[in-house]
Amino acid sequence: MSMDVAALGRWGIDSLRELGRAGLLLLRVVFRLPDFKKGFPLVMQQVYAEGVLSLLIIVVSGLFIGMVVALQGYHTLVKFGAAQQLGPLVALSVTRELGPVVTALLFAGRAGSAVTAEIGLMKATEQLSSMEMMAVDPLRRVIAPRLWGGFISMPLLAIIFNTVAIYGAYLVGVKWLGLDAGAFWSNMQTSVDFHLDVINGLIKSVVFGLVIVWIALYQGYYAEPTSAGIANATTRTVVYSSLATLGLDFVLTAMMIGGW
Amino acid sequence: MLSQRTIESFVGLFLLAAMMALMVLAFKVSGLTSFFKPKSYTVIAMFDEIGQLKVRSPVKMGGVLIGEVSSITLDPQSFKAIVKMDIDHRFNEIPDDSSANILTAGLLGDNYIALTPMYSQTFLKSGSTIEDTHSAMILEKMIGQLIYKLGGGSSSKASTTTSNTSNASDSNKIDDSNHNVDTQKRIQK
Repeated sequence: MSMDVAALGRWGIDSLRELGRAGLLLLRVVFRLPDFKKGFPLVMQQVYAEGVLSLLIIVVSGLFIGMVVALQGYHTLVKFGAAQQLGPLVALSVTRELGPVVTALLFAGRAGSAVTAEIGLMKATEQLSSMEMMAVDPLRRVIAPRLWGGFISMPLLAIIFNTVAIYGAYLVGVKWLGLDAGAFWSNMQTSVDFHLDVINGLIKSVVFGLVIVWIALYQGYYAEPTSAGIANATTRTVVYSSLATLGLDFVLTAMMIGGW
Repeated sequence: MLSQRTIESFVGLFLLAAMMALMVLAFKVSGLTSFFKPKSYTVIAMFDEIGQLKVRSPVKMGGVLIGEVSSITLDPQSFKAIVKMDIDHRFNEIPDDSSANILTAGLLGDNYIALTPMYSQTFLKSGSTIEDTHSAMILEKMIGQLIYKLGGGSSSKASTTTSNTSNASDSNKIDDSNHNVDTQKRIQK
């Protein structure tokens, strides 16, 4: 019995310590004097690796999610004779929820896992410690650009996802199911508010982006420097960042609906 | 490994694509028009009851969109709703004795203002007031009036069966009132 309690206590202390280490890592990356001249090209490379290379999966899933939501929504709305409200249905569900959340989940799988694996391997092959030997700060050279790269890419990807999904819905609703294009857009415009729906969705995606790269960087930086350790770290990145995304999504939605 | 220049061009394209997508979200999806307002003039109308009318609700004439509601306030003296609407400057020859109705688009749709043109030779201009206004229909009030009328009609009939206290009389009453609703509907038709 007392052994179980001790194990619980040890687990609690370990988790807290891990959280503290992750917090310190974030603190050391974020709160430091930026060196724009050296940092900018590195951040660009990471925006390319995390953002541009994720575009394909984002665009394709956005298109199909928009089309599926339109199809499902039409099927239900037509029972109430409210098929004209398909535009608002799709636009609101995509900009408010599906856009930020699905983009974040895909981003965690596509970019987060890659970041963890890359940094974990750098650590296992002692590239990070050799950088320190050469008086290059790995936090500044390796970690910070990846954090800012994810921070920048994620909202951009979410914007693109939203737009593509809405055009996917347009494709299904107007071109295939034969709704009126004017009603589709004008109903959408009357019910979607730029600040409440679009901007709040983007705020969500900024938060998700930061949290996902943070988790990915932490898992990579403190990964056990073995092949099994890197595999575990990559898995944990995807699991933790997906859970964090969904949990934070609820908290943020509750805050936004409550008007902050 | 791609050269820095290639990477930067890709990132630039990515940023451009995202900005264009944001423009689409802003103007096409959420209809954000406050940055580039089309030229318009403001007309005022006072309503007793505006129902679910909101700022940015459409203003239509003959079913065609000609403007939108720009502000809604309550007059502190007369307690009427003051609705200001921006009307596209292309439609600058609307007679000033036109009437303004608040209608509902479909059964579940949003409210909008419908202007009905009349025959005056003077036209609405910026700041002028539409005198002839008709309030929004409130469904609850209409149902309330209907029930009130039905209640008044059926009470005399119901009094003939009050001596009967069994359940059957209750169902009779219901039948009676159903019958009344039917006749009422027929009369309305």
